[in-house]
Amino acid sequence: MSEITTDVVAHLADLARIALTPEEIETLAGELGLIVQSVAKVSEVATPDVPATSHPIPLVNVFRADVPGPTLTTEQALAGAPEHDGSRFKVSAILGEEQ
Amino acid sequence: MNSSGSLIRLSASALSAKLSSGDISSVEVTQAHLDRIAAVDGDLHAFLHVSANALDTAARVDASRRAGAALGPLAGMPIAIKDVLCTIDMPSTAGSKILEGWIPPYDATPVALVRRAGLIPLGKTNMDEFAMGSSTEHSAYGPTKNPWDFSRIPGGSGGGSAAAVSSFEAPLALGSDTGGSIRQPAAVTGSVGVKPTYGGVSRYGAIALASSLDQVGPVARTVLDVALLHDVIGGHDPRDSTSLRDEWPSFAEAAHVGARAESLKGLRIGVVKELDSPGFQPGVSQRFHEALEVLTAYGAEIVEVSAPHFEYSIAAYYVILPAEASSNLAKFDSVRFGLRVNPPGGGTVEDVMAATREAGFGPEVKRRIILGTYALSAGYYDAYYGSAQKVRTLIQRDFAAAFDIVDVLVSPAAPTTAFRFGEKIADPLAMYLNDVTTIPANLAGVPAMSLPIGLAPEDGLPVGFQIMAPARADARLYTLGATLERLLEDAWGHTLLSQAPELKVAI
Repeated sequence: MSEITTDVVAHLADLARIALTPEEIETLAGELGLIVQSVAKVSEVATPDVPATSHPIPLVNVFRADVPGPTLTTEQALAGAPEHDGSRFKVSAILGEEQ
Repeated sequence: MNSSGSLIRLSASALSAKLSSGDISSVEVTQAHLDRIAAVDGDLHAFLHVSANALDTAARVDASRRAGAALGPLAGMPIAIKDVLCTIDMPSTAGSKILEGWIPPYDATPVALVRRAGLIPLGKTNMDEFAMGSSTEHSAYGPTKNPWDFSRIPGGSGGGSAAAVSSFEAPLALGSDTGGSIRQPAAVTGSVGVKPTYGGVSRYGAIALASSLDQVGPVARTVLDVALLHDVIGGHDPRDSTSLRDEWPSFAEAAHVGARAESLKGLRIGVVKELDSPGFQPGVSQRFHEALEVLTAYGAEIVEVSAPHFEYSIAAYYVILPAEASSNLAKFDSVRFGLRVNPPGGGTVEDVMAATREAGFGPEVKRRIILGTYALSAGYYDAYYGSAQKVRTLIQRDFAAAFDIVDVLVSPAAPTTAFRFGEKIADPLAMYLNDVTTIPANLAGVPAMSLPIGLAPEDGLPVGFQIMAPARADARLYTLGATLERLLEDAWGHTLLSQAPELKVAI
């Protein structure tokens, strides 16, 4: 397994949309290295003949009746938003200037 | 002690009898608990928010009782709600700054069910941020103290709910358990908690941590009280696609059966060899083995069983949990709810998102999101997430093999008594190892209970006993738990929590 460098952590932070500080990146690189080393143990017994379990009690074909149910009103949906115009969520520019 | 002081010491089932006979009103019971919160919570910090509506709700329940309405056994009973559950009338932060002050537009199903049953929400309890932790030290709002010793942790993530019931601020509480967040706090505070079978209680409106592991469950001071609450919150919910359609038996009845049992003859109890470790705190092991002797003397057959893959459970859990958490927590994007932080000089929506998540998440949440992002990234997915899911199968097989020969499995509920604040906070791996006893049940989806079995001789702090049952056989926890609780309390001549130190009361 490749080493968890500060570059790797910076890349992961970018993917996860967290603007980590250089100090946090440094600390996390050390900690994650240790954690990843210790959880890598899972591959010791995960042989090809063992099926994967995604949910402890699997259910299939969980559907509801195809009829309209209650939904949030626009006011309810917007009530917790940091910024809105009364009918829509407001965000800053989607595209940067260079695009 | 004045009358409101003695009311708070009663169990929910005892209060229920007084409420239904009209001896006391819900307003009196609710006021007594609000007074207790006002008196002790400044130091204890079990609550993040105390409801302003509790007395009004209690008055309405009293009115409908006077009008002759048919009410359930817990009608009029105060309850504390873990802050991971959405409440339409109270902020729901999951212990995070990113949701500070957020009031959800709906109730979580377990909350809606306790309201429908006439319970009185007292407030929201503290927790590790997004339920990531074993001590409440990862709450963005500061830790909760352990009522037995204020220099020690109350367990986590549900330390607030456990501290609330064990300090007599509430007779009942709701919790959630992803890797032990109901059972470990119960163990270290001398209270009782149950993680139901996966899918036994709806998670609709529970702020998700790891969706294949999370389960909402009941917290209280006695086995019967936990059972009564489980009866209220359990059952199928079409709003949760993992919710089971089973018809559940009455868990309160299962607890009554256990409390009356004249013998445990015919019951086969498996001791999981891998969870009876020489590395556990000596006083924990001692009380655990003494409890086994009590059960043997009452006729139970104790069988040692091996679960060889349990040693991989922490590793599997700390792959699956961060992976699912990194995905679940992507919803905190500064757009629809919660915090928004604009970076200096502005930026695109992605820059705003990244600045918001940097400011709004604490260190443990960041650590797990980054770890989960790594585990799910191309090239590593099979080695980590794929392998962890296979370990899950192996752990389920260990449980299945064990339940072929025994009716229940038992272990200490936590490897140590309550540790001191700061002891493990700087070492994430040490904190993770604390979950060794509780995680296997989450990975396999089986139900499990923690109940108090005494105080460790070396530090005088509570020790918890874990009972695990096959999936869907939650009733066995209540039957055996109630028997063991009665045998121990008969031998002691008191409840364990009556031995907790008196808390300093603010005037």
